[in-house]
Amino acid sequence: MEQINIIWQGLPSLLSGTVTTIILTIYFLGLGFVMGIILALGRVYGSRIINYIIIRPFERFFRAVPALVLLFLFYFGSSFFNLNFSPFVAAILAMGLRSAAYQSEIFRGAIQSIGDGQMKAARSIGMNMFQSIRYIILPQALRLSIPPWANEYAVVLKDTSLAYAVGVTELLRQGRYIVARTFGNALLVYTFCALIYFILVFIGNQILKKLEKKYKIPGHEIQAPKQQSVLERI
Amino acid sequence: MPNVILRAENIYKKYGNLEVLKGISFRVNQGETTVIIGPSGTGKSTLLTCINQLTPPDKGHIWLEDTEITHPDTDINLIRSSIGMVFQHFNLFTHLSVLDNVRIGLLVVKKIPMSEATKISMEKLNDVGLGDKVNAYPAELSGGQQQRVSIARALAMKPKLILFDEPTSALDPELIGEVLNVMTKLAESGMTMVVVSHEMGFARAVANDIIFMENGVIVEEGKPDKMFIQSENPRTKEFLHKITELYGGKKE
Repeated sequence: MEQINIIWQGLPSLLSGTVTTIILTIYFLGLGFVMGIILALGRVYGSRIINYIIIRPFERFFRAVPALVLLFLFYFGSSFFNLNFSPFVAAILAMGLRSAAYQSEIFRGAIQSIGDGQMKAARSIGMNMFQSIRYIILPQALRLSIPPWANEYAVVLKDTSLAYAVGVTELLRQGRYIVARTFGNALLVYTFCALIYFILVFIGNQILKKLEKKYKIPGHEIQAPKQQSVLERI
Repeated sequence: MPNVILRAENIYKKYGNLEVLKGISFRVNQGETTVIIGPSGTGKSTLLTCINQLTPPDKGHIWLEDTEITHPDTDINLIRSSIGMVFQHFNLFTHLSVLDNVRIGLLVVKKIPMSEATKISMEKLNDVGLGDKVNAYPAELSGGQQQRVSIARALAMKPKLILFDEPTSALDPELIGEVLNVMTKLAESGMTMVVVSHEMGFARAVANDIIFMENGVIVEEGKPDKMFIQSENPRTKEFLHKITELYGGKKE
C-alpha cells in the first residue's frame, strides 16, 4: 500500500517529467529531421567540396562523440563563447544535431535506393532540381525511411534521459527527486519510469507502423515468402 | 521545304576516355519519324539524352526550332517540357497513380489548374487505351501498360517532339505490339519522333528516315526503302540483314 501511495503522490511530478521528455523528443527529432534531410540531400546532390568540408566532418563528429560528452560540450562549453545556453537549449542542440547526423544516413540510404530513372524522368518533363526532389524523390524516400526512422525514434526518446545530466527536469530527474525525497524506493520508482519510457516507445512505434501502412505504395507490398526455399526442400 | 524541328550539329560526347559520340549531325522535320539503329554501345541512347541535355554534349550545337538548346542562356527546363522522353524502363513515378503520373508535369511544371490538367491527362490516357486504369499504380500494371502510361505522360506536356529510347526492349514479346501500335498511331497523327529501336518492322513501316550509327558516327542515313534494299555501306547491309533475321522486318 505504501508503495502505491508513493507513486500516487509522485504522479503529478512524474507526469510533468513525462511531458518534458515528450517535448524534448519532439525537438530532438524535429531538428534532426529537418537537418537530416538537408544533410542527406547535400550528400547525394551536393558538390564534393561541400561534402568534404562541411557535411562529412559534421556527421563524423556527431556520430563519433558520445551523447553525454556532446551535452557537456554544448552546456558547459557554451559559456566559453558567452552564449550561456540553458540546459534545455543545450540539450536540444546537442541531441538534435546528433540525431541529424544519424537521420541523414537514413535518408541518404533511402534516396540512393531510388533508381536514377526517377530523377531522369522528372527532369525530362521539365521539372527543375527542386521540383524533382520535392515531388518525386522525397515522397518515395520518406516512405522507405519509416522503418529505420522508427528505430531512431526509440533511440532518441530514450536518450532524452541523458539530458538529466545537464539539469533538465525530465522524467528521470523527476523520478530521482522522488527517490531522494522518500529515502529509497529506487527500484519501485525507476521501474515506473521504465514503464513510462516503454509505453512511449510502444505508442510511437504503433503510430509509425500505421503511417507506413497508410502510405505504402500499391503493388509494392512486401509479402511474406510463402514458398519453401530451395534449401528447405532438399 | 518542310519545317525543321530539330537540328544537331557536330555533337561530341566523352565519358572519361571513352569517346561515345564523334561528331553527329542530323535534322528532323516536323511530323516525321526518325529511327536510329545500330549495335549496342554506339551511343544511340547517349545521343537522345544529349538532345534534351540529360547528358549535355561536350561539343556541338542542337537547335529546337529556332532555340539553341545547347546555348548556356537557354532555360533548359522550359525546353525539356517541350521535348517528351520515353525510357527503356518506363521510369514511371512509382508512388503516383497512373493519372498523377501523367498529371504531375502539367501541375508542377506548367502550373495548369487541377481540373484542366485532369482533363488533358484523361484525354491522353484514353488515347493510349488506358482510360480504365487511371487509379492503378505503376507496379500493378504490365510492362506494356506502363510504357503506354509513359507515352501519355510525354504527350500530356504537348511536346514538339518525343524521344523514344528503346521503348520496347524491356518488354515481353507479347507486349511489344500494343506499344508499337500506339507509336504508329502517334506517327500517323503527325507527331515528330526520334526513336532508338531494333524493331525493324516498325522502322520500315513508320520511319521517314533511318539513321544507322556505329562507333559514335553516323554510317549511313536514308529512307527506309533505300536503307533496307540498296544500302550503300557494306556495314549497314550486314547489320540490317542480321537484325532483320532476328527481329523480323518484312514489309507488311
